[in-house]
Amino acid sequence: MIKILALAAPALAAAQPALAAAAAPVPNPGNNAWMMTSTVLVMLMILPGLALFYGGLTRSKNMLSMLTQIGATASLAMIIWVMWGFSLAFGDTAYPAPIGNYIAGGSYFLNGTDASSTAATFTEEVISKYVFISFQMTFAAITSALILGATAERMKFSAVMMFVPIWLTIVYFPIAHMVWFDGGDAGASGLLFEDGALDFAGGTVVHINAGVSGLVLAYLVGKRRGWPQEPMPPHSLVMTMIGTGLLWVGWFGFNAGSALEADGSAGLAMINTFVATAAGGLAWMVIEKMLGHKGSALGFCSGVISGLVAVTPAAGNSGPFGAILLGIISSAVCYYFVATVKAKLGYDDALDAFGIHGVGGIVGAIGTAVVYQSFLGGPAGEDAMGFGAQLWVQVFSVLVTIGWAGIGTFATGMLIKITIGLRVHEEDEVNGLDIAEHGERAYN
Amino acid sequence: MKFIIAVIKPFKLDEVREALSNIGIAGMTVSEVKGFGRQKGQTEIYRGAEYSTNMLPKVKLEIAASDDVAEKVVETIQQTANTEAIGDGKIFVLDLASATRIRTGESGETAL
Repeated sequence: MIKILALAAPALAAAQPALAAAAAPVPNPGNNAWMMTSTVLVMLMILPGLALFYGGLTRSKNMLSMLTQIGATASLAMIIWVMWGFSLAFGDTAYPAPIGNYIAGGSYFLNGTDASSTAATFTEEVISKYVFISFQMTFAAITSALILGATAERMKFSAVMMFVPIWLTIVYFPIAHMVWFDGGDAGASGLLFEDGALDFAGGTVVHINAGVSGLVLAYLVGKRRGWPQEPMPPHSLVMTMIGTGLLWVGWFGFNAGSALEADGSAGLAMINTFVATAAGGLAWMVIEKMLGHKGSALGFCSGVISGLVAVTPAAGNSGPFGAILLGIISSAVCYYFVATVKAKLGYDDALDAFGIHGVGGIVGAIGTAVVYQSFLGGPAGEDAMGFGAQLWVQVFSVLVTIGWAGIGTFATGMLIKITIGLRVHEEDEVNGLDIAEHGERAYN
Repeated sequence: MKFIIAVIKPFKLDEVREALSNIGIAGMTVSEVKGFGRQKGQTEIYRGAEYSTNMLPKVKLEIAASDDVAEKVVETIQQTANTEAIGDGKIFVLDLASATRIRTGESGETAL
């Protein structure tokens, strides 16, 4: 039925030119094509990008468990997204404040969407709504998968599958709504959107959110058996490097795609995603050298991710040199966290989901207020709020995200802990999750 | 007959092999092994977490030789594999009771 209507529409428009002028805006195929490309680039970041990045960092007995958890988590997030996730985050019905500051509704099971539906961009242009829904779907998928780095090598597969739907519903969808939902005249906008928080591609929604959630969940699951006395070196830094490369490439979809059009803003996000990342990767190795160690492959990969994470909120909100600065600072702060703070506090964030995504995300979100300013070559216009005000808005959005993610994850994690349990049996942990949970070995 | 076991630094393998060929040694068995002696291990660092591994990679040679060349073999390995640093390895010499070539059934020194 929907298809027939869509096909009939152009024919009618041609027959009645007077009506065509008043017709709904039509997506520009160039923008649509770029957004479809961006969407599959973000998909590439998850499978196999993040899966290989994390997988290489585990011990070989837990490789498949990491890959499987990421694949299944992302898939589950996609199904939930079309059932109720999109509706809660970006649904057609904008509620009045205060509820409208936290969720939307009315688009359950994508009700009311067809191939001719469109979504607004940041200009007069529109893109196909199905493309927008798909693009945002990949963000929900990668955010839930990012958390699993913190709980690697000991969390039960069934617990992961129970965690993801509840966490998405009470944590991710409301935060995405708070940061990105523009209610227009129909109702309230998202809480932080209304405040003027700058988050171009998800520094708060994706990285701080996943990092803090990972930290809380890692605390609830407990340390890996033998950590930190027993050495747990990564089993394949080659895989980690391949994953890092795929993440960097995919991140162009993530950041430049967040412009929602193939325009100059996307171009700015693109060049920033190159240079901030390059600066981050080099900075980590320089820090290693300065501390008397060797510049390492894992150091390079870690610096690359720190740079990517920090430039995410700043992608279209910074000039290239502000982005380089951000990449270097993020790399240094993340290094300090994973090498020093983690050892002192003794939490087992196994693959540093918090140490890099959480910490880099915080550096990026707050740093965006700085690099946005025109004195650093940022795109802040005449009508932008002052530096101090912007800084406070950014700090506030970080605090709200940390609080919301922390409390929501704690509640979800506790619920699972007292029902089906979060952790595998000790014997299964020693034998490795690949055999114990999936009945396979990665390398035969 | 003597059975000579030498544990040497991996990067010296080609040089030792060539030197032994030059004195007429026509065969040996080589394996990659791990172990430690005075040299102890090495340190690996992953994201700031230091692990000291107490095993180092080495190469083990096994050579069967007649009594009259055995001493020359030991001397050749000792000179060729030497870097004058700790971790150069060790050479052990054992008495060899018998040797048999599987294809022909020859035994004793003719089988070497």
